[in-house]
Amino acid sequence: MMNKSPGGADPTLTGLGTQSAQSGTGPEGTRPVAIRARGLGVVRGGRTVLDSLDFDIHRGQVTGLLGPSGCGKSTLMRAIAGTQAKVTGTLDVLGRPAGSAALRSRLGYVTQAPSVYLDLTARQNLDYFSSILDPWLNRSDRRAQVDRALTEVDLTGHADALAGNLSGGQLSRVSLAVALLGTPELLVLDEPTVGLDPVLRRDLWNLFHRLADERGTTLLVSSHVMDEADRCERLLLMRSGRILADDTPDALRGHTRTDTIEDAFLHLVDAAKQQEEATR
Amino acid sequence: MNISRTLATARRVLRQLSHDPRTIALLLIVPCALLLLLYFVFDASPQAFDGIGASLLGIFPMVTMFLVTSIATLRERTSGTLERLLSMPLGKADLILGYALAFGLLAILQASAATALAVWALDLDIAGSAWLLLLVALLDSLLGTALGLFVSAFAASEFQAVQFMPAVIFPQILLCGLFAPRDTMQPVLEAISNVLPMSYAVDGMNEVLHHASVSGDFVRDTVIVAGIALLVLTLGAATLRRRTP
Repeated sequence: MMNKSPGGADPTLTGLGTQSAQSGTGPEGTRPVAIRARGLGVVRGGRTVLDSLDFDIHRGQVTGLLGPSGCGKSTLMRAIAGTQAKVTGTLDVLGRPAGSAALRSRLGYVTQAPSVYLDLTARQNLDYFSSILDPWLNRSDRRAQVDRALTEVDLTGHADALAGNLSGGQLSRVSLAVALLGTPELLVLDEPTVGLDPVLRRDLWNLFHRLADERGTTLLVSSHVMDEADRCERLLLMRSGRILADDTPDALRGHTRTDTIEDAFLHLVDAAKQQEEATR
Repeated sequence: MNISRTLATARRVLRQLSHDPRTIALLLIVPCALLLLLYFVFDASPQAFDGIGASLLGIFPMVTMFLVTSIATLRERTSGTLERLLSMPLGKADLILGYALAFGLLAILQASAATALAVWALDLDIAGSAWLLLLVALLDSLLGTALGLFVSAFAASEFQAVQFMPAVIFPQILLCGLFAPRDTMQPVLEAISNVLPMSYAVDGMNEVLHHASVSGDFVRDTVIVAGIALLVLTLGAATLRRRTP
């Protein structure tokens, strides 16, 4: 179903992995850096939403961005996608400052609310966005690209249904499919699995890992559901505009001596609170 | 700017409309029905119909395109599709010209239906060519598209967007010379009407009504309407922000 794209029909699957090693090398022995933040801050309406964040996100990996709603996940993703105004500090994406015009075709960004045209069919939506991303594609290649994206999110059966008539989960998959067009090097996905049934969630996570393994795509996936943490190779835990932890799921559980990421998160929150009170 | 992206945007807007046949029907039928109504209102004085009918042919496209564009752009802003498009390699001019192209096409259909009805069925007596009426109607529709796009930046909801219609369009209808010749108005109002674009649209229509050939005033009127439309489209482009707070 979602695990294999039609054999041979996809020219983009091979050869892209090697490209990702071009710019920005991280510490010795690790993968190159895709996103580099130093002192990253955002103030919205007088409130500090992101408070001088420092982190690196590595290429070809699935990184989970976890934290309670309202902790600044979406703002961070908007900053990376280049749609957030008033970003301070350093934020480099694929070796360029976030929001650079050159990044617009290399990055796929999916907002939390599905952003597609409700008065077009799923296929017409993809067809339009594909012609914006890649206006010189000929008709049959465009069709193949759209079909591939529809297959990847398991929507081929609803391709010609009006988006406005689709269910919430189907609609968010149309929105996700748009981001898969044009084979971006970096995918920024804001809560892509919210409201989906367990089978679909598993299939989507499998798709994310396949993109990372086969195409070398870097994925940053946010969620407020802690049990999705184990599906990520690396985690950024956030709370009220700060990063609580930046580690692998195993290491997180290990050094907090907990069994689940949820417990690890709670442990870290309590520790942070104690520290805040101690310094007051 | 990129022609294929502009054309793709225009095609997308037309595809959206094609899923909404009732809107298309209303766009085409309402101006014709109103002209017919007016024809019977002036049952006893066909000359009065000539004057007001020609003016209305200039006013309809502007009003409808203003409404359609302001709602369409507002939807684009609130649904997140604008943010998505602007995070893609799409030029602002591509988006705006795509809309202008699609709605311009629709305006040609609308103006053709209304003009054909007025000239052939309702005996609207024009001295000049009906093609010139169509040209002015097209420029008017572009002006309406431009104004709609621009004001949608200041509307946070559909309620606010439709309220801009009476706020932006009605004063122009009152002052454009439809109700009283502009030079007979109170001087301050006349001065205001001199800077409102609809005045020139209606003047242009009246030039076609009274002159068999293309007059200098007609050229001036159309250039002014086209120029203001371009100016407001540029202002509209400035309201599209890639980064939002």
